[in-house]
Amino acid sequence: MDNYLNNLLLAIPLAPLGGAVLAGLFGKYIKRAGSHWVTILGVAVSFVCAVLVFKYLVLEGKHGDKYETTVYQWLVSDGIRFQVGFLIDRLTMVMMLVVTFVSLMVHIYTIGYMKDDPGYQRFFSYIALFTFSMLMLVMSNNFMQLFFGWEAVGLVSYLLIGFWFKKETAIFANLKAFLVNRVGDFGFILGIAAVLLYAGSMDYNEVFAFAANKGFDNKTIEIIPGTPWSAITVICILLFIGAMGKSAQVPLHVWLPDSMEGPTPISALIHAATMVTAGIFMVARMSPLYIESEVALMVVLSVGAITALFMGLLGLVQNDIKRVVAYSTLSQLGYMTVALGTGAFAAGIFHLMTHAFFKALLFLAAGSVIIAMHHEQDMRKMGNLKKYMPITYITSLVGSLALIGFPFFSGFYSKDVIIEATHHLAQHNGTLVAKLAYYSVLGGVFITALYSFRMFFMVFHGTERMDEHTRSHLRETPWVVTGPLILLAIPSVFIGAMVIHPMLFGGFFGGAIKAPAGYDVLADIGKSYHGVFGFTLHGMLQPPFFLALAGIATAWYFILKRPDLGAAVRTRFRALAGLLEQKYYFDHLYQYVFAAGGRLIGRFFWRVGDVRLIDGAMVNGSARVVAWFSGLVRRFQSGYLFHYAIAIILGLLGMLTWLVWPLIKGVVHGV
Amino acid sequence: MEFKSILLTVIILTPIVGGILTLLVSEKLARSVALFFAVATFALSVPLYTDFSIATSASDSAAHTDFYQADANKRVIQFEQKIPWIKSYNVFYHVGVDGFSMPLIILTTFITILVVLAGWKVIQSRPKQYFSAFLIMNGIMVGVFSALDAVLFYLFWEAMLIPMFLIIGIWGGPRRVYATIKFFLYTFFGSVFMLVALIYLYYKTGDKASFSILDFYHLDLTLQEQMFIFVAFLLAFAVKVPMWPVHTWLPDAHVEAPTGGSVILAAIMLKIGGYGFLRFSLPIAPLGSMELAWLVILMSLVAVVYIGFVAIAQQDMKKLIAYSSIAHMGFVTLGFFIVFAIFTYNLAHPEAVKVAASGVVQGTHAVTKGAGLAIEGGMVQMISHGFISAALFLCVGVLYDRMHSRQIQDYGGVANKMPMFAAFAVLFAMANSGLPGTSGFVGEFMVILASFKANFWFALLAATTLILGAAYSLWMVKRVFYGEVANDKVAALKDLGKREFVILAALAVSVLYFGLWPDTIVAVIHDSTNGLMNHLYENVKGSLGRP
Repeated sequence: MDNYLNNLLLAIPLAPLGGAVLAGLFGKYIKRAGSHWVTILGVAVSFVCAVLVFKYLVLEGKHGDKYETTVYQWLVSDGIRFQVGFLIDRLTMVMMLVVTFVSLMVHIYTIGYMKDDPGYQRFFSYIALFTFSMLMLVMSNNFMQLFFGWEAVGLVSYLLIGFWFKKETAIFANLKAFLVNRVGDFGFILGIAAVLLYAGSMDYNEVFAFAANKGFDNKTIEIIPGTPWSAITVICILLFIGAMGKSAQVPLHVWLPDSMEGPTPISALIHAATMVTAGIFMVARMSPLYIESEVALMVVLSVGAITALFMGLLGLVQNDIKRVVAYSTLSQLGYMTVALGTGAFAAGIFHLMTHAFFKALLFLAAGSVIIAMHHEQDMRKMGNLKKYMPITYITSLVGSLALIGFPFFSGFYSKDVIIEATHHLAQHNGTLVAKLAYYSVLGGVFITALYSFRMFFMVFHGTERMDEHTRSHLRETPWVVTGPLILLAIPSVFIGAMVIHPMLFGGFFGGAIKAPAGYDVLADIGKSYHGVFGFTLHGMLQPPFFLALAGIATAWYFILKRPDLGAAVRTRFRALAGLLEQKYYFDHLYQYVFAAGGRLIGRFFWRVGDVRLIDGAMVNGSARVVAWFSGLVRRFQSGYLFHYAIAIILGLLGMLTWLVWPLIKGVVHGV
Repeated sequence: MEFKSILLTVIILTPIVGGILTLLVSEKLARSVALFFAVATFALSVPLYTDFSIATSASDSAAHTDFYQADANKRVIQFEQKIPWIKSYNVFYHVGVDGFSMPLIILTTFITILVVLAGWKVIQSRPKQYFSAFLIMNGIMVGVFSALDAVLFYLFWEAMLIPMFLIIGIWGGPRRVYATIKFFLYTFFGSVFMLVALIYLYYKTGDKASFSILDFYHLDLTLQEQMFIFVAFLLAFAVKVPMWPVHTWLPDAHVEAPTGGSVILAAIMLKIGGYGFLRFSLPIAPLGSMELAWLVILMSLVAVVYIGFVAIAQQDMKKLIAYSSIAHMGFVTLGFFIVFAIFTYNLAHPEAVKVAASGVVQGTHAVTKGAGLAIEGGMVQMISHGFISAALFLCVGVLYDRMHSRQIQDYGGVANKMPMFAAFAVLFAMANSGLPGTSGFVGEFMVILASFKANFWFALLAATTLILGAAYSLWMVKRVFYGEVANDKVAALKDLGKREFVILAALAVSVLYFGLWPDTIVAVIHDSTNGLMNHLYENVKGSLGRP
């Protein structure tokens, strides 16, 4: 029991929660300034505490590898303990720092972005609540709380996408986001149930210990009777379905582009930097389970590779500035998933971290442009903004270079390791999946550079395509907006080179992340790692670097040099362009098959099952039978004497026959 | 001791006396008198929780389980009172509570307060009779939950129909006659069979000639007898819960009932069906239950999936919530009846019963492991649904009082005009779709976890509620609350008044409290759950694993 640490840990989620409650319930009384102060203070406290925890546990090395504490017991049933508690290891700490830092930046930025919005207090309340939920998710030491955080961030995401609840597109998007996420959660909860069934506990420690002691070996589950499947593979895939929902992997990705209907600060915080990476975090957290199943890792790898390549392609045809960044996020999430699939969990988290900084930066920069453009998001109506918005311009350039993995920028290190990992894996086991994954992520580099700089050139360079009124009002955004941009640009440049060694090869994560027993791809890469400078130089001689340069050049050629060519290419490849513009028809499929089908089934069950069969045939039917029967019986009570007389006579005859029958029978037999 | 033994009787009588008084005082005073008695009843029922003694250790817990043994240990049935009533038939006035009934009683007395408050302004015709009916109803329902004598139980069970019949029939909507008759016939149809079963059981007690429900637990019944008894009870309880396919009275009754009637119906009366399974079907006919568990499980899963889809298609808010109630109650019955499949699984997988290092041993038989989670999950789901369905019906009531429409299409953009109300509605809709942190999550989570052990497909079908529940709840929220103001009537809406705020806030606090600290409920259920699990296992172990 370490009271100092316990209090710090408790303050980390509770401070933003307090801010959220104050701003949410008493927003009317504490006014706009009051609500941004309480929430920013809450998140700032949270960030400072996270830094203190880092100092205490990592720099001062107290409590060794990890620290665990229980806050309270949620319930105990049938010997199974459900609790709320914290597991603080290196993985948790990375997430805590990233979440609180990005959240703090976004809080400050929001003051500028939401300045004129009537729902100001509500917005601050929501984003502080989000910070709380996300922290509960990453700090959890058990599956129940993980699921709590998981769903709670989903709730806040729902509320924030639909923040402008008058907008039809926004309230369509938030319902869609929640339901698609629920499809993922459907798999996730079954995965948790399976974990409980085999490991008999909800606590990470016990489950991981169970896995480490080979508890899952030879355990099978017969979902289809007669075909036993490996239990651990089923568990990992079920859990991964949850991750596919939250981290927007194909085919559960459809909600993320639509989530751009929400205000830009939350696109940065929730739909780029933190919440969507929860799935990545979860898989890394569950690495002790995933290393037990090669099949599950293969599934993860293929889903990630598909997402990385095909979602990137969609970014090429978008004209909405936020949607370009959204598809880029999808593609980058695919990269992280690929990293997990190769077994390089640490590389996935590394990319998660660098991505959190540069993607939040890109989103906030896009938001800055949107403010300056008076909420115009169409890039075709922008151009040459570098003249008006120097800070936004420079920071966007930093973000874009980091995103495409330009040497010395943070994204370079994290992305290069992922590509290396697929390369090593493909060489090691030679499977088709690994090879295709390698080519996907490699091709993705070119695509990333192409769409990033297409956007960059369209927005900041070239001709000024906005109308006169907008142009006359163009100016750099206030410091609450540019300040966070600068603060995010700094780690976007440096964090990669700074942490690559400890995080990937220096064993920073310790026991938090396990490596596959068979082939540890990161260790293999580490053999040829000789310092960050060598790594960078080596990377500059590799295909990804040239592909990135080619992407920039292509973007430059098509956007700035020969802007007329774009239309020609589009007409030439009409079918492909159509496919991309329709987003591979996923939305159509879901809209017309699943959503409409669900409504149809509902109406059918109701009209036919309930109304016609149960009520019509059974309930009212039996009522009708009773009515018919009583109508029949009523005839017997006609009131006429002769009816009764006949009835009596008939009855008597009947009784007599019955009495006499044996006699008659006997007589007949006798004859 | 004296206080403890008469407390239940006092809780039953207080609201009934209050109801009669309400009829006698002037119309002006009636509301206050009714509120006073409702609050007093709730206050009196609080000691049931605070003075309820629970096992503090595993061995202590094992001792408690004697409840289901012949030499009844009095510590599980608490607040017991037993006085002779009809001596020639050995009928007793016998009341008492265990972990299953006690939380339901408190739920009843709590919800009644809200119902009285909700009718405060709205009920202008015959207010005295209205409030009186609800108070009397309160007493009767507490009676149902606390009766330990079969005749007494049956009396309360049938008596309950009368006030509800009046509430819907007098203060109901335009089709109230059809709805009341359907409601009455449906439930009456079911309960007749239960009466037959009770009388049969009475004869089976032989020389003892007892109507005591506790004596029924120890009868030596053949499998065939048990199956008949089980079916007879099933007819009664399935209608009450209601389970598919005998559920169609519920949407009609809800649509026609006044808000208060819907609240009592959904929050309390449905629970009596679920409670019946725990009090009668399972312990009296364990073998019959095991033999026919597949049927109940099938009906429950159909309720979750089929009714979930039906709810999506509803245009009437009250019907939608009514169907959602049926789907949620499916978890209750699912939880209660997967226990046998869990026993079977444990027998086949001895390694699965190993208690984890953190585990608190519960129950005396390892083979029952996992079953307790299912039963307690079902119980928690009942309590939680009591709060959430009450809240949702009250929300519809708030809108209906202002717009006199329950049709979803008449609304749109309500959040613009009633932001505070919209916040509550979104919270309750989220609770209805089982969001963690709200009470709606706890029971569903426990039952899904437990059902995985019984059968993967049970868990899979049950888990579809994650998608379906969210779909119908949130789609309704979208159409009613979000969007631009749909029409002039919506534009004229006023946000919640103080009284409405208090009602919804009380429910919101309850929903969140039990979502964050569910142990407050679960802890008091443990002993009864253990007793039931052991009782079931002792009775069916000879037949387990039989082909």
